[in-house]
Amino acid sequence: MLFGLGATLLAGCTGDLSALDPAGPSAASIARLWWVMLAASALLFLLVMGLLFVAIMFPHFGRRISQRSWILAGGLALPIPILFALTFYAFWQGEYLLRGGGTEAEELVRVEALGTRWQWQFRYPDTAENPTTSGVLHIPAGRTVEVAVTSTDVIHSFWIPRLAGKIDAVPGHVTYLRLRADRPGRYGGQCAEYCGTGHAGMNFEVHAHAEEDYAAALGIEKAP
Amino acid sequence: MTDHHEKPTSPIALHHALDRIWGTKSGWGRLATVNHNVVGKRFMLTALIFFAIGGLLAMLIRTQLASSQSAFMDAEQYAQVFTMHGSVMMFLFAIPFFEGLTIYLLPKLLGTRDLAFPRLTAYGFWCYLFGGSILIIALIGGVAPNSGWFMYTPLSSDIYSPGINSDVWLLGITFVEISALSAAIEIMVTILKLRASGMSLDRMPIFAWYMLIVATMMLVGFPPLILGSILLETERAFGLPFFDPNRGGDPLLWQHLFWLFGHPEVYIIFLPAAGAISTILPVFAGTPLAGYRIIIAALVSTAFLSFGLWVHHMYAVGIPHVALSFFSAASALVAIPTAIQIFAWLATISHGRPRFSVPMLHIIGFFFVFVIGGLTGVMLAMVPFDWQAHDTHFVVAHLHYVLVGGFVFPMLAAAYYWLPHITGRQPVQHLSQAAFWMIFLGFNITFFMMHLTGLRGMPRRVFEYPPESGWEMLNFFSSLGSFVMTMGFALVALDFILLFRFGRPFRRNPWRAGTLEWAMPTPSPSYNFASLPVIDRRADMLDPDVLGPQLAAGKGLLGFPRDGRMELLAVDIVTGKPEHVVRLPRQSFMPLWTAIGTGFFFLSLLFKFYWVTPFALASVVFMFLLWSRDTAEKDDLGNLPIGNGQELPPHIEAERPPSWWAMVFALVADATAYISLLFGSLFLWISAPNWPPQDIGQIGLLGPAIAAVSLVLAAWSGRQASAGGGKGAVGWLSLTTVGHLIATTVFLWLALTALPSPRSHAAVASIFVVFIYAAMHSGLGAVFAGYGIWRVRSGFVSPRRNLDLRIGVLWHGFAAMVGLAAAGFPFVLASLTSEVSP
Ligand code: HEM
Ligand SMILES: [Cu+2]
Ligand SMILES: [Cu+2]
Repeated sequence: MLFGLGATLLAGCTGDLSALDPAGPSAASIARLWWVMLAASALLFLLVMGLLFVAIMFPHFGRRISQRSWILAGGLALPIPILFALTFYAFWQGEYLLRGGGTEAEELVRVEALGTRWQWQFRYPDTAENPTTSGVLHIPAGRTVEVAVTSTDVIHSFWIPRLAGKIDAVPGHVTYLRLRADRPGRYGGQCAEYCGTGHAGMNFEVHAHAEEDYAAALGIEKAP
Repeated sequence: MTDHHEKPTSPIALHHALDRIWGTKSGWGRLATVNHNVVGKRFMLTALIFFAIGGLLAMLIRTQLASSQSAFMDAEQYAQVFTMHGSVMMFLFAIPFFEGLTIYLLPKLLGTRDLAFPRLTAYGFWCYLFGGSILIIALIGGVAPNSGWFMYTPLSSDIYSPGINSDVWLLGITFVEISALSAAIEIMVTILKLRASGMSLDRMPIFAWYMLIVATMMLVGFPPLILGSILLETERAFGLPFFDPNRGGDPLLWQHLFWLFGHPEVYIIFLPAAGAISTILPVFAGTPLAGYRIIIAALVSTAFLSFGLWVHHMYAVGIPHVALSFFSAASALVAIPTAIQIFAWLATISHGRPRFSVPMLHIIGFFFVFVIGGLTGVMLAMVPFDWQAHDTHFVVAHLHYVLVGGFVFPMLAAAYYWLPHITGRQPVQHLSQAAFWMIFLGFNITFFMMHLTGLRGMPRRVFEYPPESGWEMLNFFSSLGSFVMTMGFALVALDFILLFRFGRPFRRNPWRAGTLEWAMPTPSPSYNFASLPVIDRRADMLDPDVLGPQLAAGKGLLGFPRDGRMELLAVDIVTGKPEHVVRLPRQSFMPLWTAIGTGFFFLSLLFKFYWVTPFALASVVFMFLLWSRDTAEKDDLGNLPIGNGQELPPHIEAERPPSWWAMVFALVADATAYISLLFGSLFLWISAPNWPPQDIGQIGLLGPAIAAVSLVLAAWSGRQASAGGGKGAVGWLSLTTVGHLIATTVFLWLALTALPSPRSHAAVASIFVVFIYAAMHSGLGAVFAGYGIWRVRSGFVSPRRNLDLRIGVLWHGFAAMVGLAAAGFPFVLASLTSEVSP
């Protein structure tokens, strides 16, 4: 286990698909939530295991506190404020993520993602040509993008871990996800909901372009 | 009268006399046994075999994932393996194992001799065995289910899963769930009615409280799943489009029905294990459980909350955020009752003098692993975090921390604690410690770093992953750890075998416990207690060493055989005051035959021999009616002596005997399924695309009105029949039969002629199924009424013995309510969709 720990510390949390290596405000905000929850959980875990250790090893110690106090303190007083704060924070954060992590005034870039067995197709209704790309999603960096996701066969899930959380592609429904890439670059995307034997290979790439290259990128894609 | 009982002179003579009545026969007779000792052990053993199969599948998964591009399995094989691993572990191992443990232990903890319906226990076991075998045979044949253990549509629908695979799951699991529902009813009735004299509700051993809550949750948790499975099977087999968005169905309906079951399911698995801890831990702490009442309150709130947070499995399907927050808050709240239990256990330990022992070691393992699982659970309850972690290996890690921590470790503790009871031997303890450490370390090596694997982006259910993903090292360690864990489990198995072979016999109560199951010889006799105890304090603070010999000597109640009948006491639900004598039916092959008939029913559906289905179904109903022959009496027995100078009536002359309650609970389950159906249709109206339907047919007012009137008539005359106490009953019951038959005909006629094709739209399909549901209920009502006539004619009914008729009243009333709702349902649906009129 130590060895495993060491190895992973070396590798860090980076990776093309790592939610802990955020490249946009949504993913960054969720990663921050994770680190806070991890720290709090580690403390709580140590507390409970410490109490268990003390209770077993030093029976005199725990007896000074009445059974009632043990239960009320640990079962109510301890968790309630923590859960309260966490739930409210998560609600506020959810609102922030639904806005795409950006300010509201900013205009959205809209794209459409269609999950089919087993590849992703993207369309760009904001452009006059409304081109279709397969397996690669082009977005402008630094802009909030709203992806309208759907499916024509089974349920898939649209996920670009470094940019945002996932949203399911449900046949008969359209779901929306807002995300933003801080910088131009390539980001991995994949299907997260089991959708049949091709599920493991249902990947795609996100190319975030500088604002001025965006149209060209879509145009080039269309030309051949 | 029939009061031919003589008091055997010595404990040994008493033992022989009782064992002749309660004991299992040899040879083929074993298949006829209904005794909870035997059936409980069979349940547990079968569940362990399924655990081994599930574990083997887990090893295949870990072998495959140990490297990134493994050629060990292809995608299809991997799909069958992970689907079966999950399904086997949840449905064929976890639930049946605690059912078995409960079946074995509950009557002993309550101070009685058996469960309320021993033949139902046996029937449940056979259904479990046969249903589970169907799944395993499919696995061996390479046609196992392959859409994941929650079987999301449309992937599991006929278009994308044309083979038999999904049918195997839907029908096999439903077959197994019969045993879960029958166990739920049986456990509830047993706890409420069959306790020791003087064991009021607030003196029950805490395990009984846990199981009362769990059984209630099962009673309302399983029907949505069963209903969903039936709807999906009708879609696959007959094209009724409940989940097809092109025809007004919605894949999300399946998710709601599944998780409405699936989340409570997690607590249904955890709570029995927690109940075992609450029983075992105080014994090793050497002090009674702290916070008995607070724990009960915590259990009740867990039960309520657990039905209000299923949507946390669906955060990513696009539900409005405000609705999500509600479920998120509920999911966070459910941590509180769990925290209360954890701290009640800590309080118990800290006020006692803890002793170390193997069960205690596993309880410490439970604390370590389960607390981590609980903490990651709270993380996942937070919507934003779940949007990232959902469907990744983070969730795989979380669910194993909860299930292995919250179920496997406590059950290992329970096994080490109660195996001496089952075998009459104490462990020699050489392997136990090493086995524990291998499981504990192996488990954490396997699953701890898997949290990170998931956060670094590895989705669940992938059979290969890119080598450059950086997940390979983590996966390799997970696989390594899983092999250590497997060796640990192998050591436990060896340890148990050694215990059976070489364990030291002991006299009584080896752990110095204060509960009733130790107040009997071990291995336990078939009848548990030679005479039934009278309790005057909380039933975990008793002294089995004093009580045991007294009971064996026949100093308690019913300490004598009578008429060769298995007898036990039923008490008042709240106070525990003895109320009547329950005379259980004899051992019988009927449960086996009925289960075989049920098996034919499911196989006919699986292999699409639909012409067999009605015959199989009729044979099952007929056999169930035959069951009642054994408990009937042609004469009023009057009060029966129960010892110590007291007398009580037999159950068939009592006001509210166990079978009456069983009918009430069965109807609760039935109503839950029906309500899920009605609300499911309304959900489609709200959520599904392609609504409203073009046409929902010409139902008119006349048909529904006739059905409604005749059902009210049937229910009313059923009531008259029982009120008259047998006199004039035949006339009234004939009226009931006629009323039911008219309603059945009307509903069938409406379903088959007044509706457009139910394949055309989910709205039509809903109305169709609601009508069929109502027709089946009134059809059965006619059968019950006819059966009542036969019972009256044969002299089994008198003003004192009119139980059959009173149970009938319940059914007739319920069938009328189902029918009235069905008659009104098309109008509700039509007014909602407003453009069309029925
Ligand atoms: C014996 C050690 C076990 C190991 C090594 C193991 C391993 C795994 C792995 C690696 C997966 C993920 C498969 C995938 O997503 O590709 C998995 C899934 C699962 N496991 Fe286990 N498991 C074990 C025991 C259990 C137990 C005891 C339970 C339940 C009581 C359980 C219930 C499940 C469930 C419900 C799934 C989800 C299946 C699905 O995705 O359809 N496992 N297991
Ligand atoms: Cu997929
Ligand atoms: Cu859940």
